[in-house]
Amino acid sequence: MDGMKLAQRNYYGKALAELAKKDPNTVVLDADLADSTKTSEFRKAAPGRFIEVGIAEQNMIGVASGLAASGKTVFASTFAVFASGRCWEQIRLAVAYPKLNVKIVATHSGISVGEDGASHQALEDIALMRVLPNMTVISPADAYETYAATMAIAKYNGPVYMRMGRSEVPVVTENDAEFVIGKASVLRQGDDVTLVGTGQMVALCLEAASALLEEGIDAEVINMSTIKPLDKGTLRLSLLKTGCSVTAEEHSIIGGMGAAVAEFLSQEMPVPVEMVGTKDTFGESGAPSELFEKYGLTSKDIEEAAKRALERKKELKG
Amino acid sequence: MDYTIEELEKKANILRLDVIEATASAGSGHPGGSLSSADLMAALYFGVMRHDPDDPLWEGRDRFILSKGHAAPVLYAALAESGYFPKEELLTLRKLGSNLQGHPVKGKVPGVEMSTGSLGQGLSMACGMALAGKMDKKDHKIFCLLGDGELQSGQNWEAAMLAHHYHLNNLIAFVDRNRLQITGNTENAMSIDPLSDKWRAFGWNVLIINGHSMVQILEACEKAKMSETNPTMIIMNTVKGKGVSFMEDNYEFHGKASKADETEKALKELGGRIWTE
Repeated sequence: MDGMKLAQRNYYGKALAELAKKDPNTVVLDADLADSTKTSEFRKAAPGRFIEVGIAEQNMIGVASGLAASGKTVFASTFAVFASGRCWEQIRLAVAYPKLNVKIVATHSGISVGEDGASHQALEDIALMRVLPNMTVISPADAYETYAATMAIAKYNGPVYMRMGRSEVPVVTENDAEFVIGKASVLRQGDDVTLVGTGQMVALCLEAASALLEEGIDAEVINMSTIKPLDKGTLRLSLLKTGCSVTAEEHSIIGGMGAAVAEFLSQEMPVPVEMVGTKDTFGESGAPSELFEKYGLTSKDIEEAAKRALERKKELKG
Repeated sequence: MDYTIEELEKKANILRLDVIEATASAGSGHPGGSLSSADLMAALYFGVMRHDPDDPLWEGRDRFILSKGHAAPVLYAALAESGYFPKEELLTLRKLGSNLQGHPVKGKVPGVEMSTGSLGQGLSMACGMALAGKMDKKDHKIFCLLGDGELQSGQNWEAAMLAHHYHLNNLIAFVDRNRLQITGNTENAMSIDPLSDKWRAFGWNVLIINGHSMVQILEACEKAKMSETNPTMIIMNTVKGKGVSFMEDNYEFHGKASKADETEKALKELGGRIWTE
């Protein structure tokens, strides 16, 4: 751990290479981005089962559907903005509705795409995917978890959307830990406020928790790596203890992980929830760190949100 | 069992009768494009395709995808006539709780290979199945029926490129070229001609036939099966609403069922049944 940073997509590629060896039934599709998504690792290991579809994402999903209907375990990869947006209705009809065994694994999600600008920064993909019936939505926190999640979704028979960013992100999970779909993990225990992060925001939640401790605030940190189905049990246990929450995601606060958490909490155990995420806006070009600053996605933003949540909790009690 | 040309033509007529009855009973649906493709469906299910209604998931089967999913009534009729499910079920079309949804749903009806209904997607799915067949070195064929109007959708041409790129000679597609879509003439909505040139330019074998000639359909399918490198597109010139005088070449029956008196007339014209609501 200790400050080590690794790119998630490299570990997605590693996992695919492993699957190429282990499972002759695995097929991988890509839309002209294999070197970026790292499906190139699979292409190297099993060229006969790698299908380049060109810049044609809608067709990619239809082809994936036909392969899955023929018994294949299919991974289809491209950038998140294209994977979730360009072919949303294809995913709906050809994958989610017939519940086919297609894993849509998207890289370059979120604002950390950086300099390419808003056209390439998917801040809507979680919302688009989690609204689809039968769809499982996963957003691993780091490279190790990405590897484990890739192996786990390969074993699961059904549609999955998995997102990850472009850049190197801090390692926050254990290497070789098993990934259980639908199971969140508590990375830090605390009594005062629950910080729920997904993707690379988990690392920032941990950073925020350390800073909060210096001010005497004891935060619990949950890695919500499966967004759908939501691990309500883990949330319930934590919120019974802390009574207030912050959600943090590299995604719009509309329809994302925070919204999923709020939907659950507001119906079953209303507690203050503060959301860190982009606020109904597109991104822009810039260095990822500059963008995190400008769009309110830093650990400092999480700290402040935690204090607001605590304040609201106090008001409710008072 | 081998059917004669005459017997296949009779089957097509049965499918037409079933289409009229099922859509009339539903009070909605798409008779026009179902009737225009009835001859092909009879040819495929009783003459061309290798399939087993007692074992719908038999691995060696040929696969059929109805890209123009709104022609579901004729697919259901062909499946029921083949014995995939009881024919009485056809009258549950589009009703609450029925397996026969307005557009085909994979997993609900034995023999339905894929969920379709949103136009422009079936050829991509067929390409996926054809790729799987090649990967597994299987000799079954993938058949896909497209509407002509849906060729206005770009995804078809993405799939067309891929099918040629990967030499999917195990893929045989048809266009039901009845020249009408929901708002009228295809060439007024968005012209798709010159259609055969387009498919040729995309590297496909192209055959142009009369889609109501059983002989021509069978011959074209045999030819397509022999293709050694490329996918085949069989452009079937057809008449929308074929077999029912007031539906023929009438775009109003693209997505409208016949009323009671019309149903009676249609069934009589098809030499068939008595209509009881």
